[in-house]
Amino acid sequence: MTTANRQGPVRYIDRTRDQYAGLGYEPYGWAHIEEAPPFAPVTKPLSESKIGVVATGGIYAEGHTAFNYRDDVTYRAIPSDVEAADLRATHFAYDLTDARKDINCVFPIDTLKQLEADGVIGSRADNFYTCMGGIYSQRRVRETLAPEFVQRCIADEVDLVLLVPV
Amino acid sequence: MGLIARQIEAAGIPTVSMSSAHDITRAVNPPRSVYLDYPHGHTVGRPHDPELNREIVLQGLRAFHQLTEPGSMIHLPYNWADTDDWKDRVMRPTPREDGVSGEMEDDRVERHPDPQYQLPSDADAAAAAHAGRDCVVCAGVDF
Repeated sequence: MTTANRQGPVRYIDRTRDQYAGLGYEPYGWAHIEEAPPFAPVTKPLSESKIGVVATGGIYAEGHTAFNYRDDVTYRAIPSDVEAADLRATHFAYDLTDARKDINCVFPIDTLKQLEADGVIGSRADNFYTCMGGIYSQRRVRETLAPEFVQRCIADEVDLVLLVPV
Repeated sequence: MGLIARQIEAAGIPTVSMSSAHDITRAVNPPRSVYLDYPHGHTVGRPHDPELNREIVLQGLRAFHQLTEPGSMIHLPYNWADTDDWKDRVMRPTPREDGVSGEMEDDRVERHPDPQYQLPSDADAAAAAHAGRDCVVCAGVDF
C-alpha cells in the first residue's frame, strides 16, 4: 500500500459551507460542542454485554413506513432477528447504491448476529433503532429524537450502544 | 449523532460512535469514536465483504474498553482505494452548464416531505402492516 496520493480526511464542514454559498444559501449550522462529553463506566466484558445499535442511515424494514426527506425526526424499531434481505435504505445525503446491495455497509445486522453466535458479544438487544441523518434541526434531535432513544435503551436494559451514523 | 451519543452516555450507558466524517465527529466530540476513512454510505464496511464488516465492527466494540479518555478517537487503518482521488469529488459544486456566473448546479436530492420507499412494493407492505391499527414499530408516525 503506497502512501502517495493520500489526503487527510474529507473536510465535510468546509465543503458544506462552500456548497451552500455556491447555491446562495446561508451556511448550515453544524453542531459544535466545546463541553467535555459525559463518560459512563464500562463494567462488563463484551462477551457478557447486551449490545444496542442506533443507526442514522435511513434504514427501515419491509412493512415499516419509509422515512421522508424533510426534517424527519421519527425513528424505527427494527427487531434484531430481522433478515437483512427485508431491510431497506432511503436517504437524501449519501449514495445508497452499496447500502442497497448489502445493508451491512451501514447497519451491521449480520455482523452482530455472527459476533453473538461466536460468543464475542453476550447478546443483541431485541430491537435496534434507526433514524435519518442530516436532520436540519439540532433542537428537534436534542429535544425529540435523542430522548426517545435514551428511554428505549434504558427499557431494553442494554449494556453498551454502538452508534452507526451515515 | 454526537448529540444522541452524549444523551445516551449521560443516562449511564456507554457508547461508541462509528464515524466516516472526521471533522463533524470532532466538532460534536462524542464520548468515544472510531474513525474509518471511507466515503459516506460505508460506515462499517463494503458490500458483500462480511470479513471486513466483522473486523470494523469488532474494532468498534473493542473501543469500549480501549478508550478511557472522554472524547478520544481511534483511527482505523483502512483505505478506500489505492489513491484518495475519490475525495476530490465529494460535495464539490459544479459550475452551471449555462455558464451563469457565480451560480452552481444544485445536485442535492430534493427534500421530499412524503415517505421515500426503496421499492414500490414497500409502500403496499407498509399500508397492509398498518391497516386498522396503531403502529408499534414506526414510532412517531401517525397512521
